[in-house]
Amino acid sequence: MERKIRVLVAKPGLDGHDRGAKIVARALRDAGMEVVYTGLHQTAEMIVESAVQEDVDVIGLSLLSGAHMTLFLDVTQLLKKKGIEDVLVVGGGIIPEEDVPKLKKAGVTGVFGPGTHCEEIVEFIRKNVKR
Amino acid sequence: MNEIVAKVLKGDARSIARLITLAENNDPDVMSAMKDIHPHTGNAYVIGITGVMGSGKSTLIYELTREYRQQGLKVGIIAIDPTSPFSGGALLGDRVRMMELATDDGVFIRSMGTRGMLGGLTSAVYDVVEILDASGKDIVMVETVGIGQAEVDVIKIADTTLVVLVPGLGDSIQTIKAGVMEIADIFVVNKADRSGVEQTIAEIESYIDIANTDRDRKTPVLSTIAKESKGISELIYEIDKHREYLKKTKRFDAQRRKRYEAELVEIIRKRLMDFIFDEPKFTGKVESLIDQMSKKEVDPYTAADEILGKILK
Ligand SMILES: Nc1nc2c(ncn2[C@@H]2O[C@H](COP(=O)(O)OP(=O)(O)OP(=O)(O)O)[C@@H](O)[C@H]2O)c(=O)[nH]1
Ligand SMILES: [Mg+2]
Repeated sequence: MERKIRVLVAKPGLDGHDRGAKIVARALRDAGMEVVYTGLHQTAEMIVESAVQEDVDVIGLSLLSGAHMTLFLDVTQLLKKKGIEDVLVVGGGIIPEEDVPKLKKAGVTGVFGPGTHCEEIVEFIRKNVKR
Repeated sequence: MNEIVAKVLKGDARSIARLITLAENNDPDVMSAMKDIHPHTGNAYVIGITGVMGSGKSTLIYELTREYRQQGLKVGIIAIDPTSPFSGGALLGDRVRMMELATDDGVFIRSMGTRGMLGGLTSAVYDVVEILDASGKDIVMVETVGIGQAEVDVIKIADTTLVVLVPGLGDSIQTIKAGVMEIADIFVVNKADRSGVEQTIAEIESYIDIANTDRDRKTPVLSTIAKESKGISELIYEIDKHREYLKKTKRFDAQRRKRYEAELVEIIRKRLMDFIFDEPKFTGKVESLIDQMSKKEVDPYTAADEILGKILK
């Protein structure tokens, strides 16, 4: 029986830079994970519905525009509303230090700033997947 | 009946998704679930979409799905991408072209890696098609890149197979497996906004003239511009026509029967292989036989007989 960690990588919001997201997606693949890449401009509904259909263990959100608070929280709130508790949510991008505790409290369990090594993200995911 | 199966039959997305995961992982629970799923299958029409990498397969699926949704049909999509043989991971990127469908509850999209296990993909895809079928989808589309034998095998699940090529063919025919050209029920030349469409169509038609002389149906060649939603209703028309042809000539049931035969063979093959290669009492034996073969102490057939003799006895 073969179990693989499945990760949905999404970019909510309006900014058009997905280089970072793609680098992370590739690193996760190289670490043996199955990465469902969904591309730019995703709404919280699209992300959560895709995560349900793909039955992922992890949702990875990437954002550069600074609207992370609302956009990340839209996703975690929608997950809560749907009663989905076994999906780990991590976020990356330019996130001010003071927002990190708030994000973690809201369910974005891992928060990664620019310059984070991909291995760190891989390690974090491996340690924290919920099933 | 299994609780998860009951929910799948009602079309519940989370249960469908979870059961697919179990099938992909070869979970032992899947066997009993599929027992309850199977009687509810056979309604979905299965369309395979294969062809050259980057030819617009996912964009075409998105466009076809929009049309089918307007007809009030429910659609399941299985998008297969290669698993990296080095890491065992996979980058599944087909959804990018289909995100507009994510929130439509009449559409269910699942991305899968080939996972590269001895035919493991094929048996899982049979299950996934059956799960989507039983969940009430009228159409199930399966996307694969037409490069490897595994992909060719997978697409044989389909009732109608589309092979997608692009203008400037010459080389693009070469990049797909010869077997892929042969399984086409309809050829699609996508990206017809580019130059060289006529020449490409001519090349495909000359291929068809050579390849299927003995058939009572000529494989149609269509051109589309998926990115601009052009040629889509013509494509749907040809798919419908092929479906009617299969029904009229009684090929439909024969083809489905072949699919069940292939599935049965696949399951037996897989379980036998697992039995031999995962069973501790056999692994040692297999290893030592390979060593003996290397040292020329035993020939390959005798070695195989030794293993098979242990099972067949
Ligand atoms: N010019 C042109 N580009 C197109 C057309 N259809 C799709 N594309 C573009 O071709 C690229 C690949 O499209 P996909 O739909 O992802 O192709 P695919 O065959 O699914 O790709 P893989 O799954 O990676 O093999 C995208 O950038 C599309 O926007 C078309 O009709 N004309
Ligand atoms: Mg694709």
